[in-house]
Amino acid sequence: MTQTPSTGLPRPTPQLDIDTEPFWTGGKDGKLLIHRCQDCGYRVHPPTTFCPTCDGRNVIPEAVSGRGTVVSCTVNHKQWLPGLPVPYVLAFVAIEEQDDVRLVTNITHCPAEDVHIGQKVEVYFEQAADIWAPLFKPVGA
Amino acid sequence: MEYAEKNTAITGIGQSKVSRGPQTKSPLSLTIDAALQAIEDAGLKRSDIDGMACWPGDRGDDGGMGPVGVPMLQDALRVHVNWYSNCSETAGQFGAIFNAIGAIAAGYCKHVLIYRTMYQATARKAGLTNASFQPGQKAKGNFAWYSPYHAYTAAVQQSLYFARYVHESGIKPEQVAMISVNQRRNASLNPAAVYRTPITLDDYFNSPIISTPLRIYDCDVPIDGATAIILSRLDCAKDGPNPVLRLEAVGSSMRYRNSWTQLDAEALATQAQPHVAEMMWSRTDLKPKDVDVAELYDGFSFHTINWLENFGFCKRNEAGDFIGDGSRIALEGELPINTNGGALSAGRMHAYGQVHEACVQLWGRGEARQVPGDPRVAGLSTAGGPLAGAFLMVRD
Ligand SMILES: [Zn+2]
Repeated sequence: MTQTPSTGLPRPTPQLDIDTEPFWTGGKDGKLLIHRCQDCGYRVHPPTTFCPTCDGRNVIPEAVSGRGTVVSCTVNHKQWLPGLPVPYVLAFVAIEEQDDVRLVTNITHCPAEDVHIGQKVEVYFEQAADIWAPLFKPVGA
Repeated sequence: MEYAEKNTAITGIGQSKVSRGPQTKSPLSLTIDAALQAIEDAGLKRSDIDGMACWPGDRGDDGGMGPVGVPMLQDALRVHVNWYSNCSETAGQFGAIFNAIGAIAAGYCKHVLIYRTMYQATARKAGLTNASFQPGQKAKGNFAWYSPYHAYTAAVQQSLYFARYVHESGIKPEQVAMISVNQRRNASLNPAAVYRTPITLDDYFNSPIISTPLRIYDCDVPIDGATAIILSRLDCAKDGPNPVLRLEAVGSSMRYRNSWTQLDAEALATQAQPHVAEMMWSRTDLKPKDVDVAELYDGFSFHTINWLENFGFCKRNEAGDFIGDGSRIALEGELPINTNGGALSAGRMHAYGQVHEACVQLWGRGEARQVPGDPRVAGLSTAGGPLAGAFLMVRD
């Protein structure tokens, strides 16, 4: 069965700002950077400089393990654009360190139909224009 | 506490031709068709309209999602208003109605013209429409988090919620299918619906998968069309030719994380609907069993399924059994839903098809698709993801 694509059609990319740039470019150094409150330890995502649990303002990017769990996933079969390889998997992954940090991603390196809720996955990065997109694959794949 | 919505009523409705094209009218012209019908239906003149509202306003793009802003329509109709507003960051498409309630309560206006216009059937012939972003463009806003992952449309993105709901509820595909099958049957009785040929379970299972578990028959249909309603202050509504359809209670809250990626754990499967319904029920003595007809948002079939639970018609994760073979939700059933065919078969009027149809049913104008038993209470809902709005409407 077809593997989900890690290459093919160029990925659209987000407009970066001061808060979001670390998340999207940490992969250059192999790091998944998530903002974290330096006072209470809560991770704030999407990234910004306010901690909603302790009102702290010292919230800065910090590397996490890159491991996570699939909390939902869908196998897309429709070719929305010419050249888009299908099928591929879109997923929400909760990072291992904090369940309420949910990353949108593609799951690759396994048959699309094998991806499932509860699956343990790990991050890798793929450069697209000026970002390094965090992607996930099954642990050990 | 006197809730302001109870002092408002829908007094007139109008709808342009709703079609898949090809088109002979502009979006503005379609909107005028709907607006003039609604004004006449309410027994009013253009000069009686003193407020205007819509969702989402002029989007300034070619996608057909928001082609007609309030200024364009106001100038075309040359109406003089005391208050006007568009709004897109609100409780789903019903935000326009909820804002108008406030405007009436504030004494700004007595008769608000509210409309929703779509031109997506024509727009999509020119490219991928309703897309969150396009290759080569820098993505901004909430959906930027999806941009590198080939999540071009709501169908793919929303399938993440649908998949989580299926996982938690164990709903069977043949139960999901009955939403589409039942609504197509209703559409076959509605001359204004865009798809009227009945479908079977086999047709559903032979239809293409878009993104698991979503099939094409689970998706609503992009159309060109406009729907308009007149929301009036209750004392003024009593002067009109139609029986008064009073708004009984609204739900407009946002008590979850307002995000398309970070919805709370519960809301990943339910979308942002439970607290919205909770707010609505807190403003009325009515109960779910009092609802005679339900017009529930169906941008995708599972939105309706979520709303069946979250509106309170059945318990969490039990919508599959509630739907069963479809008889309960049919026109003759105990809870008829989406009686005009909904957005799945009558076209994507973005919940304003539902508002129009609720009025049709409560006024007894449904003809071949009229719900039996003289329905007096309608339950309405809109939107998915972190967007949600709901209200009850009653004929006293
Ligand atoms: Zn903190």
